[in-house]
Amino acid sequence: MRLDERYINGLMIAGLLALPLWALVADQPFTITLMTRAVILALAAVGLNIVLGIGGMVSFGHAAFFGIGGYAMGILAYHAQTYTALDLGAFTTEGTKFMPVIWLVAMITSGLAASFIGLLSLRTSGVYFIMITLAFGQMFFYFAISWAQYGGEDGLSIYVRNDFPGLNTLMPIQFYGICFALLCLVLALFARLQASPFGLALNATRQAAVRVETVGLNPMRLKLLAFVLSGAITGLAGALFADLNRFVSPTMFSWQLSGELIVLIVIGGVGRLMGPVIGACVYVALEHFLGEITDFWHVYLGVILLCIVLFGRGGLIGLLTGKEGAHV
Amino acid sequence: MTLLRIENLTASYGVSQALFGVDLEMAQGEVTALMGRNGMGKSTTVKAICRMIRSEGVLTLDGQDLHTLPSHKVARKGVGLVPEGRRCFADLTVRENLIAAARSGDWTLRRVTELLPRLGERQGQRAASLSGGEQQMLAIGRALMTNPRLLILDEATEGLAPIVRQEIWAALRRLKQETNVAILLIDKSLKELAAVSDRAVILERGRTVWSGAMGALTHDITGKYLGV
Repeated sequence: MRLDERYINGLMIAGLLALPLWALVADQPFTITLMTRAVILALAAVGLNIVLGIGGMVSFGHAAFFGIGGYAMGILAYHAQTYTALDLGAFTTEGTKFMPVIWLVAMITSGLAASFIGLLSLRTSGVYFIMITLAFGQMFFYFAISWAQYGGEDGLSIYVRNDFPGLNTLMPIQFYGICFALLCLVLALFARLQASPFGLALNATRQAAVRVETVGLNPMRLKLLAFVLSGAITGLAGALFADLNRFVSPTMFSWQLSGELIVLIVIGGVGRLMGPVIGACVYVALEHFLGEITDFWHVYLGVILLCIVLFGRGGLIGLLTGKEGAHV
Repeated sequence: MTLLRIENLTASYGVSQALFGVDLEMAQGEVTALMGRNGMGKSTTVKAICRMIRSEGVLTLDGQDLHTLPSHKVARKGVGLVPEGRRCFADLTVRENLIAAARSGDWTLRRVTELLPRLGERQGQRAASLSGGEQQMLAIGRALMTNPRLLILDEATEGLAPIVRQEIWAALRRLKQETNVAILLIDKSLKELAAVSDRAVILERGRTVWSGAMGALTHDITGKYLGV
């Protein structure tokens, strides 16, 4: 039986709404935390899906933006909880525990980093692009390790979760609600972007950059804009992830995390709206359930990934819909 | 008034020189046939106009030197290209191919599908699943969506069924009658070129060897330079 992708998308959203509510009623807060983790990873992967799925750019350094978002949250919250001034060279400021401000800072800083990395790396393509983005990710990783002021290799703990007006963010269901709402917003943005002239031009750039130039579009500018937007969204996810764990560490910059984000997209379906969401849910479920059985759960994940790449190039959504390409 | 002006244009692929002195002038609304045997520099001239290869000499559009512009800015100045071999964005639908290229102006989705009705019938179909002729029409439609002042068609009817070729030629005739777009045509069909073009320019070994009104093109000239 072949399913319509819209039904799958609807079912996923319904599941993401219903399951935490069930967990709340059944008094299973850990399930809500697991789902929050899945939703945040999905958010990061939706960001990556803009460059990977629409633009065809295999960025192996998106953990850099995830980490920058995480550290933006960590640093602001650290200064707020220790009542110390944050020295920015030209001026000093206070930290904050206010989530919207933290998100804005996380998105701006990761977007700025993405514009710098993009300007240099987007001049290359293929394996060189993969390598240069990986190199940037590793640069941030080693910088964070040596950043003693903010915990160095040990990372930075935040004692209390940040605030959101009108909500008790320490309650798992309420924090989940925030993350889910942000995921829905970003999914709506992704859907709109994909169908917009910008998204279509970006898709066309993936297929043939030279041809795009002959219709008056600048492929470099298109790719850079997409890269910055993607970096900012991944940075937002990083801030939420750090808030979920109340902890930031250099592992948020690790190349393994960059790889995991790619894996999430491949599992769900590259370039598909809900591909990263399905991938993140499957990944977190495997990590939890298989992780309880064996420490070597990554082996099973590898087998699943291998099967998807070999037999279902459109990811799980492709298998269910019978359509390989993301384009319906 | 002169729209496109080319004087003594030279161009090379690495160390191999392909153009040795091309001269060509086009006015707004004029249809010019760029002719010559295979390998004489027609497509290279097109690439030079679109800044897809480096060239030297005079190359201006409305008096502006195109040499100072990158390829995408030349297109924004009003040069629309229908490249050799169709080359649509295969993963996009017909409608998406057209929207991706759209720039503000008289040419809208509706007007393009009115000129090329087949595109209207297949708006939701992926470009990769279109026939060769339909892909060619899509390439023309896509170029028109950029609202060009100069439309260049490089072998637009090559390898197509006669009935599709007739459709394309009919669309070009309508374009000539109903708009003020200048059209630079490269095609193997001398008969069709003669029917639609105002002027002709013949290239031989990367040089302009003859140019003038289409009516002045005699059998002696075509026999000498085109072998027909």
